[in-house]
Amino acid sequence: MITVPFDYHAPRSVPEALKLLTTFGDDAKLLAGGHSLLPMMKLRFAQPAHLIDLGKITDLRGITQVGNEIRIGAMTTEYDLLNSRLLADKVPLLVEGAGLIADPQVRYKGTIGGDISHGDPGNDHPALMLALDASFVLQGPKGERVVKADGYFLGMYATLLEPGEILTQIRVPVPAAGSGYAYQKLKRKTGDFATAATAVMLQMKGNTVAKVSIALTNVGATPLKASAAEAALVGKPISEASLNEATRLAMSICDPAPDQRGDADYKRAMCGEMTRRALQKAFERAAKA
Amino acid sequence: MAKTQAVSFQLNGKKIETAVEPRELLIHTLRERLLHTGPHIGCETSHCGACTVDVDGMSLKSCTVLSVQCEGADMLTVEGLEQGGVLHAIQQAFHEEHGLQCGFCTPGMMTRTYRLLKENPNPSEQDIRYGIAGNLCRCTGYQNIVKAVQSAARKLAATATA
Repeated sequence: MITVPFDYHAPRSVPEALKLLTTFGDDAKLLAGGHSLLPMMKLRFAQPAHLIDLGKITDLRGITQVGNEIRIGAMTTEYDLLNSRLLADKVPLLVEGAGLIADPQVRYKGTIGGDISHGDPGNDHPALMLALDASFVLQGPKGERVVKADGYFLGMYATLLEPGEILTQIRVPVPAAGSGYAYQKLKRKTGDFATAATAVMLQMKGNTVAKVSIALTNVGATPLKASAAEAALVGKPISEASLNEATRLAMSICDPAPDQRGDADYKRAMCGEMTRRALQKAFERAAKA
Repeated sequence: MAKTQAVSFQLNGKKIETAVEPRELLIHTLRERLLHTGPHIGCETSHCGACTVDVDGMSLKSCTVLSVQCEGADMLTVEGLEQGGVLHAIQQAFHEEHGLQCGFCTPGMMTRTYRLLKENPNPSEQDIRYGIAGNLCRCTGYQNIVKAVQSAARKLAATATA
C-alpha cells in the first residue's frame, strides 16, 4: 500500500507552514500525527501533491494554563494528554478521553489538532471539545481567529477551517472545581472507532443539577450536542426518571450511519446506554456540596 | 525516476544516511533498503503492531510513518536489543516464558515491551495488557506474553539493583 508520489515539506514555524499552504493551495495537505491522513493516502482516497508536515514546529506542542484557560498546542499528542499532570488536575475529562483513543503506538503520534481538524465523526475529541465548551485558534494568511467548538463541525470531513488556515491551539476553560466528568465509549476492540460514545460535564448544587453538558460521538455526520437532554436535567436531582428522560432525548437526535458496528437502531440504543453511564459516572464524581 | 530526499538517523546505535522517496514508509526503508527484517509487515494498516519500532522514545507503527519524518531520529528495532551476543532481558524472558508461538508478532511485542518497561518498570498485569493493546497476537491468547513481560520487568529490576 503505497501512496501516490508527493513532495514533502517540513516547515519549522507556523508562518513558514502558512506560506507553503498559500503557495500550493488545494494541492497541499497538512500532516499532523498522520494516523488518519496516511492511511487515507495509502488507500488513495487522498492524493495531495504536497505534504506539509507540522511535526517539526515545536511551538505547536505543549499544555499550559493561562488565567482560567488551558491552552493546548494543536500538535500535542494523545500520549502527552494522557500523561499531563496539569490536565489530570484541571481537565481530567480529556485524560479519560485520550486513554480511550486508539492504542499506545497510535497515541504517541496522534494529535489533538489532527483529531479535531479531520472532521471524522468517529473521532473522540470533537465531542470532548463540545462538552468542555472549548475554542479553537485558526491561523491564516490574514491573521488569526478564535472559533467555538460548538458550530465548528459542519459535516463529514467538513469543518470551519478554511483552506489556507491551520488549527494551532485548543483553548479549554477550566471547569468549575467539583465538576463531575465522564467519557463513556463503546468500541468493539482496542483501536476501533466508537460504536457510540458520550462525554459529560456536570455541576451539582446541593441535590440538583446546576449545569450539565452532554456531547455524542459517532451517531451523526458531526459530533452532537444533546441540548434538549441537558435542559431536561438542569434544576432537577439525578434520578432514575431524569436519567431515563435525558437518555431518551439524547437518542432522539442520533442519526447514525449503519455499518459493521451495527445498524442504526442498535447504535442509537448504545448511545442511550453510554449517555446514561456517562451521566451516572459524572454524578458519582461530582462534588455534592 | 521519482525524486528522492536525503534522510539520516541513528539505527540501533549506527548512523544511517540514505535517500528515499518522500512516500516511502519507514517499514519499507528498514526492511528493503536497510535489510532490517525484524520489524514485520502484518496488516500494513496500523492495526497489528508487528512493525513496531522505537523512535525517539516512542513505540511507533512503522507502516504509518514516512521515513522522511524520521530525519535526525534515534531508532531501535528488535535487531538492536541483543548486545554482544547476549540476549536482552526481554528476549530472554520471551524465550523462557514461551511468550510466542508462530513468532510473527514477537519483534513488535518485544520492541513495545522495551518502551513500556522504560516508562513503567513495575507494571501491573492490567498495565501490561493496556500497554500492549496495540500489538495483536493470533496464537498465544496473550497469557505467556504477559508472563514474559512480567518476567522481563523482574530481570531488569534485578540488573538495575545489582
